[in-house]
Amino acid sequence: MTGQSKRKKFLYINRRAPHGTIYALESLEVVLIGAAFEQDVSLAFIDDGVYQLMAGQDTSGIGVKNFSKTYRALGDYEVRKLYVERESLAERGLTVEDLMPISFEDEEDDYAEKPSILVADRSEMVRLIAEQDVVLSF
Amino acid sequence: MLRARGDRDLRFGIVVNEGPYTHQASDSAYRFARAALEKGHEILRVFFYHDGVNNGTRFTVPPQDDRNLQRQWSELAEAHKLDLVVCIAAAQRRGILDANEAKRQGKDGDNIAPGFRISGLGQLIEAGIQADRLVVFGD
Repeated sequence: MTGQSKRKKFLYINRRAPHGTIYALESLEVVLIGAAFEQDVSLAFIDDGVYQLMAGQDTSGIGVKNFSKTYRALGDYEVRKLYVERESLAERGLTVEDLMPISFEDEEDDYAEKPSILVADRSEMVRLIAEQDVVLSF
Repeated sequence: MLRARGDRDLRFGIVVNEGPYTHQASDSAYRFARAALEKGHEILRVFFYHDGVNNGTRFTVPPQDDRNLQRQWSELAEAHKLDLVVCIAAAQRRGILDANEAKRQGKDGDNIAPGFRISGLGQLIEAGIQADRLVVFGD
């Protein structure tokens, strides 16, 4: 049996704001470790989870680590599909313009830089979740 | 006693993301694990993450008229040879240590409960890959 035949679809659902609880940071730690296993990885950002991708985060006032730059490095870990729920953005008065630009280099397209953030409707999120083998919710 | 895995027998991975008592996650996971085993399913691994690592300290002393979650897990592990894994990164943040880690970190004692072991997040991903179903208990 080759490694390829065991490749599964992993979805990490991020539901909480980046700070206030540790879930976002420890979710990111799973994603980074999981990248070594070469599975088909997607991330979803719903509810307050959309705040994890906000541009211009500054944690100096609360004395905790600012790990937001790590999201921009996910492309280097072959993590290239970051689905952000459209309704969750809208409910918080946000648009995709408020989020960090996150991209990856597509080696099958002459290393063209492509956006990793994909805005998806709630109904598309339902479909995305349904087609996964493994769903980890944080 | 052992029966072959039939078509309907599944291999489960279980993830516990909350500590004991504050949240119901660990109780629910424990009851799910017992029910699955009684039905003849296999529990590949139980992985404790976030505050879930606090299920793995043997130093909890709940009131006598309450359940002892850590002991329940330890006894279930003993009876069914379960693999109870506490995430090392999450455990280090929260003061859950085995003898090796205590020595390595220069601490004066360890608190890991019987039947639990400390290992890395790779064990979680591996459980996701190898299990038929990965069931997450959290908040």
